[in-house]
Amino acid sequence: MTSTPEDKQTSQSGTERWASLIGGGALVLLGLRQGSLRGALMALAGGGLVYHGATGQSGIQEAVDMNQGIRVEKTVTINKPADELYRYWHDFEKLPTFMKHLKSVQVYDAKRSHWIANAPLGTSVEWDADIVTDQENQLIAWASVAGADVDNSGFVRFTPAPGGRGTEVKVVLEYNPPGGAIGAAIAKLFGEEPEQQAGDDLRRFKQLMEAGEIATTEGQPSGRK
Amino acid sequence: MKAVCWHGAKDVRVDTVPDPKIINPRDAIVKITSTAICGSDLHLYDGFIPTMQSGDILGHEFMGEVVELGSAVKNVQVGDRVVVPFTISCGNCFFCKKDLWSLCDNSNPNAWMAEKLMGHSPAGLFGYSHMMGGYAGGQAEYARVPFADVGLFKIPDGLTDEQVLFLTDIFPTGYMAAENCNIQPGDIVAIWGCGPVGQFAIRSAYMLGAERVIAIDRVPERLQMAKAGKAEVINYEEVDPGEALKEMTGGRGPDACMDAVGMEAHGTGPDSFYDQVKQAVRLETDRPTALRQVIVACRKGGSVSIPGVYGGFLDKIPMGAAMNKALTFKSGQTHVHRYLRPLLERIQNGEIDPSFVVTHIMPMEQAPQGYEIFKHKKDNCIKVVLKP
Repeated sequence: MTSTPEDKQTSQSGTERWASLIGGGALVLLGLRQGSLRGALMALAGGGLVYHGATGQSGIQEAVDMNQGIRVEKTVTINKPADELYRYWHDFEKLPTFMKHLKSVQVYDAKRSHWIANAPLGTSVEWDADIVTDQENQLIAWASVAGADVDNSGFVRFTPAPGGRGTEVKVVLEYNPPGGAIGAAIAKLFGEEPEQQAGDDLRRFKQLMEAGEIATTEGQPSGRK
Repeated sequence: MKAVCWHGAKDVRVDTVPDPKIINPRDAIVKITSTAICGSDLHLYDGFIPTMQSGDILGHEFMGEVVELGSAVKNVQVGDRVVVPFTISCGNCFFCKKDLWSLCDNSNPNAWMAEKLMGHSPAGLFGYSHMMGGYAGGQAEYARVPFADVGLFKIPDGLTDEQVLFLTDIFPTGYMAAENCNIQPGDIVAIWGCGPVGQFAIRSAYMLGAERVIAIDRVPERLQMAKAGKAEVINYEEVDPGEALKEMTGGRGPDACMDAVGMEAHGTGPDSFYDQVKQAVRLETDRPTALRQVIVACRKGGSVSIPGVYGGFLDKIPMGAAMNKALTFKSGQTHVHRYLRPLLERIQNGEIDPSFVVTHIMPMEQAPQGYEIFKHKKDNCIKVVLKP
């Protein structure tokens, strides 16, 4: 017998699954009960409540936002050791090489960086993000700080794949766009095919790491007028 | 430059397009001296492969001279004479390392399209739809070759273009299809389709130790060429191939059966008519007439090898026969890189001269005519080579 989607949802709640994904225990669960990936990451970092106060968001509000938020999860296996992948990823300023919607990342210090992403109609959105958890060669988690155009958080996890198959790289992202016109635009940007966008970003990362370059046909000739 | 461009079903034109340029560090530009039309190009010509766009440059069997190299290509030089595998492979991923070059993880920029249809994406291919990478093909004066450091194969002096050109696809494709037959001493191999791949499969099956090869087609000159390759032949318009094969194999059925026909098969039975109608109104992507016969004809516990190209979803496949007769299926786009050196050696040793398959050599300007005569098998056409 196979289980129905409903079965799956009840037997493995999102909360528990996320807790196990990020690899934390009770603290993560505590964070997730507050309703978001951000909460879970904060809990993992051990500073959840303090941080929460700083962003000025109440748990209830955040839970409401989350319903409109976009959560994406994507995994790819890369034929390289985890430490090499971790090192490349950790150099955030290089991320726009394979993350197509990112315009630039500027690293301020060991914790904080400034991110600019392309938005529709030639506009851009910006935010500061903090590293909330950093486990060498295993996990990097980040979250935007107060004042972000779009509240977002996420983590990337590097796990050795079995039998010398390289490293499984999992990315989980959550965006909570604000209301209003800009919110709608951002939702559109990240919302049309967010899974595919994250998947394509990861695939480009894999190409860069394995093949040394990103496969493309941009700039090749054709007989199109 | 001039290039053969697809503009819709049964509409190919020789257009003037921009010259290709180096885009990535591992690229090379090849000035093409010979380029062939493949049977699988006819699936594009007939409009049965999805995600083609008007203006796409066709062609995936080409060779020539290296004229420009990206900064990361160190193992070939400008001026080298090379053949180019039709599969584009990075050489570094899990699949390339396992010698499964046509499954390269990193060469399809449009992998998401293939993933939607097939779950995972195979390697990018030259000139073979956007789902398969959208790469400009080699029926042109010049082509850009990605991952040129693993994709270009140098050809020694003393061999003509026609002797080595088919290393790019149909010789390795026929050879791999014969390998996929798992040929054991005493085995009889039946091959549906005496087009160029079928012809190379016949000869490869003997190289790999087949006792007898039986080839099935309906076109007299193709059956004749199969005979020249020491195959026994069946004209399926004259006799039922299933019955004939049983009689020719002591009632056992062929030990291995190969579908070298693919998605646009012809046949004589009601199922063939069913496929013609369904495919014509786009209720079916492929016409698997040959594949059905292959499955039913194959002896119990035998091997089914499928080099024929399929695009999507097939109707009325006798899976009951396949399962209950415990058949082994092997298929796939060809892992061309794997076969380049060993098959070049066979050519150099004089075991085979692949130029036997060529019936037409014409200037590339005549490509539209080449497609037309190849499609309709006019003028005894079996293989067309174009000269840019």
